[in-house]
Amino acid sequence: MDLLQIKDISKSYEENRVLKNVSLSIKEGEIHGLVGENGAGKSTLMNILFGMPVIHSTGGYEGEMLIDGKPYKPTTPEDAMAAGIGMVHQEFMLIPGFTITENIKLNREKTLPTFLSKIFGNRLEKLDTEAMAKDAREALKKLDMDIDEYVPVAGLPVGHMQFIEIAREIDKSKLRLLILDEPTAVLTESEADKFLEVIKKLSQMGIAILFISHRLDEIKQITDSITVLRDGEVVANVKTDEIDVKEIARLMVGRKVELSKKEDEDRGIKDENILEIKDLRVNMPGEEVKGLSLTVKKGEILGIGGLAGQGKLGIANGIMGLYETSGSIVKDGKELHLNNPREALKSSIAFLSEDRRGVGLLLDDSIEFNIAFSSLEIQDNFLKQVGPLKLIDKKKVREHANRMIEELDIRCTGPKQRARALSGGNQQKVCIARALSLNPDLLLVSEPTRGIDIGAKKLVLDTLVKLNRERGVTVIITSSELGELRQVSDRIAIIYDGKVAGILPPDASDEEFGLLMAGEDLKKVVN
Amino acid sequence: MIVPIIFLIICIAGSFFTGLPFSFLFDEMVIRLARNLILVTSLILPVITGLGLNFAITLGAMAGQIALIIITNYSIGGTTGFFLSILISTPFAILFGYLVGRVLNKAKGKEMITSMVLGFFANGIYQFVFLLLCGTLIPVKNESLLLSNGVGIINTIDLANIKYALDRLIPVTKYPIATLLVSLLVFLFLHFFLKTKLGQDMRAVGHDMEIARVSGINVDKTRIISVIISTVLAAWGQIIFLQNIGTINTYGSHEQVGLFAVASLLVGGATVERASWKEALIGTFLFHLLFVISPLAGQNLLGNAQIGEYFRVFVAYGVIGLSLVLHAWEKNKARTRLREIKE
Ligand SMILES: Nc1ncnc2c1ncn2[C@@H]1O[C@H](COP(=O)(O)OP(=O)(O)OP(=O)(O)O)[C@@H](O)[C@H]1O
Ligand SMILES: [Mg+2]
Repeated sequence: MDLLQIKDISKSYEENRVLKNVSLSIKEGEIHGLVGENGAGKSTLMNILFGMPVIHSTGGYEGEMLIDGKPYKPTTPEDAMAAGIGMVHQEFMLIPGFTITENIKLNREKTLPTFLSKIFGNRLEKLDTEAMAKDAREALKKLDMDIDEYVPVAGLPVGHMQFIEIAREIDKSKLRLLILDEPTAVLTESEADKFLEVIKKLSQMGIAILFISHRLDEIKQITDSITVLRDGEVVANVKTDEIDVKEIARLMVGRKVELSKKEDEDRGIKDENILEIKDLRVNMPGEEVKGLSLTVKKGEILGIGGLAGQGKLGIANGIMGLYETSGSIVKDGKELHLNNPREALKSSIAFLSEDRRGVGLLLDDSIEFNIAFSSLEIQDNFLKQVGPLKLIDKKKVREHANRMIEELDIRCTGPKQRARALSGGNQQKVCIARALSLNPDLLLVSEPTRGIDIGAKKLVLDTLVKLNRERGVTVIITSSELGELRQVSDRIAIIYDGKVAGILPPDASDEEFGLLMAGEDLKKVVN
Repeated sequence: MIVPIIFLIICIAGSFFTGLPFSFLFDEMVIRLARNLILVTSLILPVITGLGLNFAITLGAMAGQIALIIITNYSIGGTTGFFLSILISTPFAILFGYLVGRVLNKAKGKEMITSMVLGFFANGIYQFVFLLLCGTLIPVKNESLLLSNGVGIINTIDLANIKYALDRLIPVTKYPIATLLVSLLVFLFLHFFLKTKLGQDMRAVGHDMEIARVSGINVDKTRIISVIISTVLAAWGQIIFLQNIGTINTYGSHEQVGLFAVASLLVGGATVERASWKEALIGTFLFHLLFVISPLAGQNLLGNAQIGEYFRVFVAYGVIGLSLVLHAWEKNKARTRLREIKE
């Protein structure tokens, strides 16, 4: 019998019908992929399954769910957990001020009875910190994570946080079904590979997995069957063997997806440096930069690649002064004050951080406000002079937001919608729009297409290229997807052990890239 | 850290001008610490649970006074009277704490101002009960408690019966050993409590309500329990305070409890989001040291003790106002802070 059956589930947020008669079923130990564009309704379906408060505070849902053939009606996450369902949410559910152990064991703490607990009940049992640490270590070990379980989560690299969330779930003993809402979106490719291994192991232990991802190769590689959602409807429900990636993409988007290739063109980039970095050291945990030197030419798109943990993410964070930094950075001939984010923004540098899930947006404010906010705050844009006063030029903000919504295909009901009501991927597009609104002459983007569906991915990359070509913005794009870097960059710097291992043109061979990433000395470094 | 240091400097400078002998200051401080520590400590749990400064401990103080008035009515004194009043105050405090907790759960994000208003509101009811209902609907046995027309409780109640009942329970020195021991016990309890499952839940709720809820923690209930414990501690604290003072100002004793306790905690370096027994201890010490020396310093420096009096009231309100403004400012800054705009 199927472990879980979902029958004819429908859900509306006010007028907006986001799920229409969705049905699917999962067997024990099955890995079931759920794919669909940003805003297709994936997270909403999972939230229903997990009894999330947001579902019930917005009028509940229609349809029924069965577990082991018995009706299952979760109204709180507790119900779901009692039924053996675990979930890794699209946005992080970790408490930054708590240690790794405390997060992994959150509300499932190991306790020892005390004198008081015998009178007042087991909530007064004492925490058994040693046993908790042991459990945490074991769960982390299953994920091959080598990290001290007593450090606070705040400040850890994003990839680590994701593994901690997963560690929390696999630490649950009764776990029968694990929901993973885009777990690999924040992981680098190598981390993701490790992660997929773990998922396979779990499924062999009989745990069913519901897996959401925008990385279709991953879906193809790991799942047993796939459900494709489009605009809240199931458009396909197939065995993974019977379908290929192109077909999945076509079903998702409802049209054929062309992945763009880079055209040959004469770029004529002048020999003028916009940025000169010397002996940069950035103390970003897990992504340290150790004495890196690099120059960036005005008007180019510079790609930064490399394996996870080698420091590629530290560079942009260091330039922005978000982590402790030393060394020298010269922008347009002027020395940049280090460790001063505001200064960086004022020097017309904009930054799209890799760490943008959930954080960063003012969730209860409108999309247009979110887009215009930083620009307004830092650069006094979108203001109009009325007598002695500077007021927000609402019309200009609205026009700009509308243009961004169209260019990046942000799926929303309009610029006035609250950011909270957007799907995860569309929230990220708002973040991108905000960075673009700063009118930077140097734009740092880190992992710009994580968590974004393949159709929209192209839009985002195209927007970056357009910005570069039409407005002459210099772009430094950091990504763990080499393919993406090769698509847009003029040069690609590979980072190894906190330094530049070499710089290659985008059409260099896979082999050359591979060697640099592995830290091999490459004689024929170009440029 | 800067706040306690500033206060320490003011205190040292001030004590220089008072010319008081050290031994006098020391005795005075021991007594004041003993009678105030538990009241200040009662604020810690709500801070940890994310409710901010619980001005509604005023209701706990009322529960304590209700119990004291009841035992005075039956003329029960001494140690028995003291412990009986602790016992009687507890159910009242639990009830009040529960009600306050319920209201604060409806006012998430505005807990502090709500708790302040609740204090005023409860004061109205309190006056209604003791001024109008006592002697009419509520029979009062001990007629010396009633105003001359037989309705309403008198303004100042003499607690001679239980004065020093706890302070002198262990009569080894002139110091209130038993009271200090009880304060220590409360600290130890708090320390232990924070290591229990419930304590951990409170920390989780304080850090992030949403995540706590999704993890299956009953957020509302946890918050209510936190307020209840706070209120009960405040009730006991008020009884201990009053047994040392020896009289109740029926309509006034509770009014400043919230204010002074909050100011003490803040002077110790606590914030709206972070507090522990250390801040309570340091803060109570510094705040009351200032209380002791400021009238004399005022007298000696400016020839007017009243100025010192103004000064300490000014300080109490000033500290609270300043830290609330700082808190609001920090919160607002969080909106524009770079973590938010860096993307
Ligand atoms: N709290 C909410 N209030 C109103 N509308 C919402 C809310 N949450 C989601 N929506 C809407 O429901 C639709 C589906 O969103 P959902 O988050 O399920 O998408 P998704 O498939 O998970 O997308 P993504 O890949 O971007 O994460 C979207 O149109 C979104 O705007
Ligand atoms: Mg989603």
